[in-house]
Amino acid sequence: MHLAIASPTTTWYLVLASLLFAIGAVGVLVRRNPLVMFMCIELMLNAVNLTFVALARKLGDIGGQTTVFFVMVVAAAEVVVGLGIIVSILRRRPSATADDIAELKG
Amino acid sequence: MNLAATPFIAPSIDWFSIAPMLILLGGGLVLLVAASLTPAWPKHLYSLSTIALAVATIVVTCIQWGRISDSGPRFVIGDALAYDHFSMFGIIVVCVALILVSLITDDFVRRESMDGPEIYGLYIMAVIGAIVMIMSNDLIVLFLGLETLSIAFYVLAASNRRRAESQEAGIKYFVLGGFSSAFFLYGVALIYGGTGSTNFGRIVASFDFVPLHRSDSMVLVGVALLLIGLSFKVAAVPFHFWAPDVYQGSPTPVTAFFASVGKMAAFAAMLRVLVIALPSWKDDWRPVVWIIAILTLVIGSISAVVQTNVKRMLAYSSISHAGFILIGVEAAGHAGGSSADRGGMPGTMLYLLIYAVLVVGTFAIVSVVGRTGDAATDLGSFRGLARQKPLLALALTVFLLAQAGVPLTSGFIAKFGVIQAAVEQHSYALAIVAMVSAVIAAFLYLRILISVWLADPEAGDDARETVRVPVSTAIAIGFCVAFTLYVGFNPGWFIGLSETVVNVASPAFGG
Repeated sequence: MHLAIASPTTTWYLVLASLLFAIGAVGVLVRRNPLVMFMCIELMLNAVNLTFVALARKLGDIGGQTTVFFVMVVAAAEVVVGLGIIVSILRRRPSATADDIAELKG
Repeated sequence: MNLAATPFIAPSIDWFSIAPMLILLGGGLVLLVAASLTPAWPKHLYSLSTIALAVATIVVTCIQWGRISDSGPRFVIGDALAYDHFSMFGIIVVCVALILVSLITDDFVRRESMDGPEIYGLYIMAVIGAIVMIMSNDLIVLFLGLETLSIAFYVLAASNRRRAESQEAGIKYFVLGGFSSAFFLYGVALIYGGTGSTNFGRIVASFDFVPLHRSDSMVLVGVALLLIGLSFKVAAVPFHFWAPDVYQGSPTPVTAFFASVGKMAAFAAMLRVLVIALPSWKDDWRPVVWIIAILTLVIGSISAVVQTNVKRMLAYSSISHAGFILIGVEAAGHAGGSSADRGGMPGTMLYLLIYAVLVVGTFAIVSVVGRTGDAATDLGSFRGLARQKPLLALALTVFLLAQAGVPLTSGFIAKFGVIQAAVEQHSYALAIVAMVSAVIAAFLYLRILISVWLADPEAGDDARETVRVPVSTAIAIGFCVAFTLYVGFNPGWFIGLSETVVNVASPAFGG
């Protein structure tokens, strides 16, 4: 039997991006290591990048592709600041997880 | 389709229209570089130079205000930014907040031995982000402004390296802020996919003229994600849970900065996105804003009452204020930004101006009562303040009564404005919930006032460090009291000023 393999359409990429986004979002909610939570946020941003590129291709518009560069710059800036904060916490308390950082409550 | 075929035409840049940002950016960079190359500057000089920059920005903004009155609002830099009275009003509010916060930061950083130019540099960068958000006419530009603001905020929250609470506030704000930014950005991507553009003008036009490119389900999901992202930033229920921790853990002047500049920028962005870019979908987003407003009002007021830390109480009170401002947004949504807007947009902007001054004044007092270490912010620390510092207690009373919305203070004018706008649009349920929650919230402010004026002294009270009010903080508090009472007694000029913000640069309404 011959199986026709459809060439990927834009929808495939959009679905893939939404799955990546969901994995990232769930990761932020369930993981307790600050570094891993941070990586999950990056995964969410990159899922959005994939969405932008796929949509730009579908619309035949360059705008969506240039947006990705802006998002990458923003993500890089977030890496710098985020790692700075995480390092300054871990220096005070090595092996801290998100549950240990819970002095503020009420 | 050939993407490379599109020729790139660089937009012409109207430098004068972005002068406020250029002044702050240039001045902020010079401040940071000069301060890092020279020995420590004499005291007050860091904050004085920040204040000078903010004053220069306000002067330029007033000149721009006059020019816009003459020639009308328009778009600048390839339609990326809107140059109108709405922008100018927002810029003035954030610059006034910057001046007041710099005044209270001045002594605070020396008391906590964290003096240096960095905190002021971060304030300035955050204000630039806020201005970009307020002026934005494109979702991507808005996102860039939001991130400039947020990244500066994360560092500011964690800026007191000696306090574990400050670090904790920083990491919590960072993780949840990044999380919400990702939602916002996904919303932008889907709206781009559904309408074919991120520019507000073309999004509006796509509803009528480009039906082929419009994909409603995609746009609707995008609007929902944008609303989630923006609700996080304004701390609206159910996306408010970061606010109490971040407000409590951050250094107190920084908290004042979050509450004033952060709210102003996020609500201006919300108005731009919902009312100006997405009026065609208003029947879809208005009910959501309605529900969020009611939840925010009720839960913000009720959770505030059971707190024992004043910074936490004020965080919940800022959540309930966000509920009031959302009423204004909802009312503005009925009119969809057209000239039929009877008070929605002006009420929202006036509320933000009044609230920014009020909240900075309140946190200025919390910052001096916090004493060295910035930790004495529970209700007990306010005990006996009236005996020790009667004038300070009186100022706190004015601020808290104004936040409760007592007549003859600015807070009453603010609440009256948004509730009146809601009634004009027949949102009676919203108006009634708002008034009930104002009564519940009043209980919270009275609890603080009872602690200040009536609580009996307890053993150990005399051993506490005396509350010291430095001159710069006194100036800030004095200005805030004067503004609060002046607007309360004589609101006409400010109401008139806020009514001009309806005059937005907007493609859909011939702006």
